Amino acid sequence: MSILAPYETVVGLEVHVELHTKSKIFCGCSTSFGAPPNTHTCPVCLGHPGVLPVLNRQAVEYAMKAAMALNCEIAEWCKFDRKNYFYPDSPKAYQISQYDQPIGAGGWIDIEVNGKTKRIGITRLHLEEDAGKLTHIDGGLGSLVDFNRVGTPLVEIVSEPDIRSPEEAKAYLEKLRAIMLYCDVSDVKMEEGSMRCDANISLRPHGQEKFGTRAELKNMNSFRGVQRGLEYEQIRQAEILESGGEVVQETRRWDESQGKTFSMRGKEEAHDYRYFPDPDLVRLHIDQEWQSRVRASIPELPDARQARYTEQYGLPSYDAGVLTASMKLADFFEESLKYTSDAKASANWIMGDLLGYLNSNGLELDQAKVTGQGLGEMIGLIEKGTISSKIAKTVFKTMIETGKAPQTIVEEQGLVQISDEGAILAIVDKVIAANPQSVEDFRGGKDKAIGFLVGQIMKETKGKANPGLVNKMLMDRLKS
Amino acid sequence: MSLFDLRLSEVHNRLHHKDLSVSELVDASFKRIGETDERIGSFLTLNEEAARLEARKLDDNASAERGILYGLPVGVKDNMVTEGLRTTCASQFLSNYNPIYDGTAVSKLREAQSVIIGKLNMDEFAMGGSNENSAFKVTRNPWDLSRVPGGSSGGSAAAVAAGQVYYALGSDTGGSIRQPAAYCGVVGLKPTYGLVSRYGLVAFASSLDQIGPITKNVEDAAVVLQAIAGHDQRDSTSANVEIPDYLSQLTGDVKGLRIGVPKEYLGEGIDPQVKQRVMEALKQFESLGAVWEEISLPHTDYAIATYYLLASSEASSNLARFDGVRYGVRAENPDNLIDLYRRSRSEGFGPEVKRRIMLGTYALSSGYYDAYYKKAQQVRTLIKQDFDQAFEKYDIIVGPTAPTVAFPIGAQVGDPLTMYLNDICTIPVSLAGVPAISVPCGLADGMPVGLQIIGKPFDEATVLRAAHAYEESTDHHKLRAAL
Amino acid sequence: MSITVKDVEHVANLARLELTEAEKEQFTGQLNAILKYAEKLNELNTDGIEPTSHVRPMYNVMREDKVAESLPIEKVLLNAPDEEDGQFKVPAVLE
Repeated sequence: MSILAPYETVVGLEVHVELHTKSKIFCGCSTSFGAPPNTHTCPVCLGHPGVLPVLNRQAVEYAMKAAMALNCEIAEWCKFDRKNYFYPDSPKAYQISQYDQPIGAGGWIDIEVNGKTKRIGITRLHLEEDAGKLTHIDGGLGSLVDFNRVGTPLVEIVSEPDIRSPEEAKAYLEKLRAIMLYCDVSDVKMEEGSMRCDANISLRPHGQEKFGTRAELKNMNSFRGVQRGLEYEQIRQAEILESGGEVVQETRRWDESQGKTFSMRGKEEAHDYRYFPDPDLVRLHIDQEWQSRVRASIPELPDARQARYTEQYGLPSYDAGVLTASMKLADFFEESLKYTSDAKASANWIMGDLLGYLNSNGLELDQAKVTGQGLGEMIGLIEKGTISSKIAKTVFKTMIETGKAPQTIVEEQGLVQISDEGAILAIVDKVIAANPQSVEDFRGGKDKAIGFLVGQIMKETKGKANPGLVNKMLMDRLKS
Repeated sequence: MSLFDLRLSEVHNRLHHKDLSVSELVDASFKRIGETDERIGSFLTLNEEAARLEARKLDDNASAERGILYGLPVGVKDNMVTEGLRTTCASQFLSNYNPIYDGTAVSKLREAQSVIIGKLNMDEFAMGGSNENSAFKVTRNPWDLSRVPGGSSGGSAAAVAAGQVYYALGSDTGGSIRQPAAYCGVVGLKPTYGLVSRYGLVAFASSLDQIGPITKNVEDAAVVLQAIAGHDQRDSTSANVEIPDYLSQLTGDVKGLRIGVPKEYLGEGIDPQVKQRVMEALKQFESLGAVWEEISLPHTDYAIATYYLLASSEASSNLARFDGVRYGVRAENPDNLIDLYRRSRSEGFGPEVKRRIMLGTYALSSGYYDAYYKKAQQVRTLIKQDFDQAFEKYDIIVGPTAPTVAFPIGAQVGDPLTMYLNDICTIPVSLAGVPAISVPCGLADGMPVGLQIIGKPFDEATVLRAAHAYEESTDHHKLRAAL
Repeated sequence: MSITVKDVEHVANLARLELTEAEKEQFTGQLNAILKYAEKLNELNTDGIEPTSHVRPMYNVMREDKVAESLPIEKVLLNAPDEEDGQFKVPAVLE
């Protein structure tokens, strides 16, 4: 029996998502990634004496959009507060954040794990500024600070402690990421740090209402990292509890390479952030008109789209889920349906050949050259019998790599299917004449021999013969 | 009459008619500073080379557009950043700070083509009312070198009173323009919160800080205010209001003006002679056709406690950026990061700054926020309401600027609370965010007394009109310190 | 409510100030005096009174999302007490 069996795992996630505005939240410096250190800075984001923040409207609207997409209530009035703490990556020694009046609160999202849908509550979503980046000189000789990232707008999304397993945590993050992408408010790349996740995790005996003592996990830099970190941590805590010990409330750091969490105790002090309203900024008033305008800019979200795909196109829920996990993929799918009515065929091509190709080559959809229109047209060519499904596989791969239209590829490579009965009959006769032994075997009851003969015919025609016709005509000949 | 006794507009006319060059004006300023500043100690940094160069450039470029401030030597309090000109806030921590940008008010002075003569002494980070909290030097009152010039804009008031510059910029958080103006016998105006951009003013208490002019007379104050007022996109708290033509408001007419005189400003603790000067000023207003009545601003007594909690709390956060990482003086050979912070800040800040950081940090800390910070914000509401109600009946409120004249240097050191109580007449006005001016209204014991005229939000026009009418009908502003 | 030297030490730590023993004693006395004076605010009933953060009832002051020029690196580092490779250098930060 697993050591975890007596316990229920309780997880709450705090996710930071960088909003992809062009300029920073309180000054005009660019937010673009990868510039030489400190070249995207100005007196304001460097926290020089006398500077003042001015709020970026787009950052507010992205935060509103994200909050709405997570089904949050939008605050009619809210404000910004200062969170005071000293750290070299925080130039003012306070972070401008929202303390008791977040822009959004009381939301939820649905996740699907093992075929079951579950609702995870969102406690709050608030807007704040990012910190700079510290790198460490080898040998403990010092640390270097780059302030390019400081002032990038962030939303912090805090979930309710509704998550019950590492798999649910991963599903929650994936869903959150998909929603942010649909809303087009962030790049949400965990590897580049535009999405970051801290987790609170505790265990309690099944049936107990009171939460156990929790640990806060930091430094999980990928979806897999979150899942592995939580998996490690729940076993660590279960072992402590099973041996009669007590879990210590503390912050623990996930070490990806060692696959373990380590206590950060002693390396951080008890915090007293001394929040108070930032006197340099004025309140935000989000009236119904502004809310409606932003709400109107939110596209159909993954859940709604998935439901529509099953209803409108009769797709299995699984297929609809895969297609809608990314908005780009779903858009690709819908684009294809302007050129073919066979939704299931399109879904199969996308989920099989397209995603297979992307996965094995480590590519993103926008790195593939094929378009939804191309896929739709190719399915049309199959329906019309212009190419066989088998040939289509080659055509599709060429489309992914070159972006050429299927018709062009078919013509350039001479891949048009041979459906001329006279031409096929001539080849059938030729193959029968050349393989008397196989003909004999077939007539003697060895059905397998037919496969060999078909193969020979396809070989003669370089795979272009209409397979249906070949079968029919070969049978007719052999039985006559 | 010396050149220095002229109004800004009169100097402007002489420049305009080529009776005078900018270089002559600037040379005269530096000459005066050379003669007097060893005794007064107004300046922390002189901008001599650049100022003389600028003066020659202005003289050579005859075609330049010329406003009234064109070519005039100005001094700037050392808490307003000036690109390329050292800005210290009179703090050891910033003793080597070379600003990388200009604040908005300073930019506006440059646009108006005034010539910045140098940076003026103050209480460190504007915390204090005597200039004794400067890390670098004592500034002395030109009227009596054994007395303080007031503060925190003590250098600005002393420089104007001593004829070192034609006008100066100061900043006022709880009285820091008005009180030194009163002590030094000059005019000091604190505008409505939000009228002048705070961008580039090193923050002490962000919800209270305002930049304003210190001048020899009310007309000059109107001219300078005109140049620095106005909406600024770099300051979110900057008001987007129409700026009237202040000069045209100086009609001399105050007939029918309704004046409220708060009894709380003339009560216990006020010097009888100061009170006498104020009563005489009210008589003067009467003779000009204005009417006055005693009123009550019932929450005045709570203003100082409110102010020290709020201002210190904001300051504790505003001054956290002085950590020795990006600028300022870093402690030598720090053991580690925390040691770097602690020692850089402890070596860089003086006792009053530390005291207020401590008070503010405490007031904001876990468990005390509601009892101190939030409570003080609520009382601030009550204090503001006192003014709102008074202004329903009265056009202006008049009283003393400070309860006493300038005190001797060293007299109040070591007793912060008594020092804080000096600000009883100016602090409520700051908390309410309304405009007020201090104008000279005579002498007590040979030292200047300031009359404070307080107005409705953004009604600087009426404040200036009343102050100007009073000034024109008396000779107090013509008295000069004998140096 | 009275402040002890221990409270002063705690607050000094939050504020990143290093105080001498004499300063601790002095601040303990002075802060107690100031806070005792501040207790007079409790004479006022402020139930239901809105706190004032801003004297002017302003809201929704925002800028458009436009990129403005950043500073040249020489200016960024002009006042840096210590720098290396275009970055600000500090003593090693523990992880």
